[in-house]
Amino acid sequence: MWSLRRIATMFEPFEFGFMQRAMIAATLVGSVTAAVGVFVILRRLAYIGHGLAHSIFGGAVVSFTIGFNFFLGASIWGAFSVFLINQAARRRQIGGDAAIGIVTTAAFAIGIAVISRARSFTRDFEAALFGEILGITNQDLYVTTGMVILIALVLFLLWKPLVFITFDNDVAESYGISVRWVESIFSLALAATVVAALQVLGVTLIAAALVIPPVVARMLTDSFPRMFIIAVIIGALTGFIGVYVSWFVDVSSGATVVLVQSAVFALALSWGVVESRRGLRAARRTERLAGLERSLND
Amino acid sequence: MATIGVDQLVRLEGVALGYEGVVALRDVDVQIAPGELIGIVGPSGSGKTTLLRSLLGEPELYAGTAEVASHTRVGYVPQVETVDWNFPITVEQVALLGSWRTRRWLPWSSRAERNRARTVLAQLGIDDLADRPIRALSGGQQQRTFLARALIRSPDLLLLDEPTSGVDIKTRHEILHQLAALNSAGVTVVLTTHDLNGVASHLPRLIALGEQTVLADGPPSEVLQPKILERAYGQPMLVVQSGHETYVLPVPEEAPGAHGDDLPPPEVVSVVAAPDRDDV
Repeated sequence: MWSLRRIATMFEPFEFGFMQRAMIAATLVGSVTAAVGVFVILRRLAYIGHGLAHSIFGGAVVSFTIGFNFFLGASIWGAFSVFLINQAARRRQIGGDAAIGIVTTAAFAIGIAVISRARSFTRDFEAALFGEILGITNQDLYVTTGMVILIALVLFLLWKPLVFITFDNDVAESYGISVRWVESIFSLALAATVVAALQVLGVTLIAAALVIPPVVARMLTDSFPRMFIIAVIIGALTGFIGVYVSWFVDVSSGATVVLVQSAVFALALSWGVVESRRGLRAARRTERLAGLERSLND
Repeated sequence: MATIGVDQLVRLEGVALGYEGVVALRDVDVQIAPGELIGIVGPSGSGKTTLLRSLLGEPELYAGTAEVASHTRVGYVPQVETVDWNFPITVEQVALLGSWRTRRWLPWSSRAERNRARTVLAQLGIDDLADRPIRALSGGQQQRTFLARALIRSPDLLLLDEPTSGVDIKTRHEILHQLAALNSAGVTVVLTTHDLNGVASHLPRLIALGEQTVLADGPPSEVLQPKILERAYGQPMLVVQSGHETYVLPVPEEAPGAHGDDLPPPEVVSVVAAPDRDDV
């Protein structure tokens, strides 16, 4: 029997404003990173998510240093990185992966250089690197909510062309889709997602939040719309649960969110292994019975 | 500068095409009239796909004039090898991609669009597979799925890149029959093929590519000639005419009469069964 005290303890995190804000922010960020992540993993762009997180870190640090608005500074920095990546990737001799590597690492290095010159920014540096979800203010929450709505709107309006180019990029142009435009807008949405997630998860953990929920969803379904919905639900739930659990285990919230997502991935993987073994056993049984029936008929 | 005639769907005149500044085809003069069924043949790397995609306006145009009649709805079926088969998408969802412009700002399709997709899938005999993921399909079913995506737009001009590659003889026969039926219904069909015997020789018009240009353009009896084929493929070819059927066989360099004009009459070894002559 659970005592009333234990039940009251379970609701403890909801009593604090900073925890409420953290849980709302983590749920929003978890859902939007998963939504964008679906397209990222199906387009095999996991590397760009990882790279952009590092690149935007540079923008965040420079924004702190010059006292510029963090969201605006990081977004402009992210958009500029995307522009540079696209320009470099168009040159056949460079290629997409090399362009991402060069631009994002250079942008990250600028951030490191700025920090090494001004050591008083250690706290902000850590916040950008590992996230500082418990320090989210009401204003941060409004901005995050606005960004999430904007990204969701972009995905809603560009859904059909995005699905087309994600599935069959080579042919999309011949069906009247401006691949360059759609890719550019998607890249900006990805940069905005990373900025929105920076304070919640930190540079080092964003890539996991972009990748894990869509990968789990992919393991559970063969339908794209279903995959998208499942990924968003997993992203939102793991974001919420991660922050909630972090209250009790006293571990960094961003890390807990990613650990919860990793646990869901491990469960899905185990379930997939069990299911495939069950299918294999069922097929063998059916084949044995069919052989028996044939021999009886003979 | 002459413009496209009323009896023409496509006009390429003195065209040089390529990608990123590298010319793949030059001096191309091709006219296509509405209702034609044309095959583009040639060895790998001869520019078949480039010529096909020039009708979509994709390769860079370095010289000449390339025109497709205005208001022409073009349907394009790519080589299935370029597609990511692990993508989580069903047959019906692939077909519906073809009509993405209808209600383009909404993520979902209307009932009318879904009905149209089901009709096209039924026309191609794969409506029972509508909810199956594409990776679970056979080569022929995959090819028909992409044909459905092109047909959902009700195209006037249908372009297919190697539509019979990687499929068995029966499926190849079925695909060709479906293309012939579409052509009879008024759709202009242009396809590329490697298969000279199973596909090209049954088409009413062939365009042979080689040496970065069009080597021949006309009916198979004119295009499938030893001299033209040797120029295209860089290897002597034996062309055997048996009734209405044409067979092309590579000949080793050292074989007698390997260079075409002094070939001995073909020797019929055995006839297993007379083939149906109701193909395309």
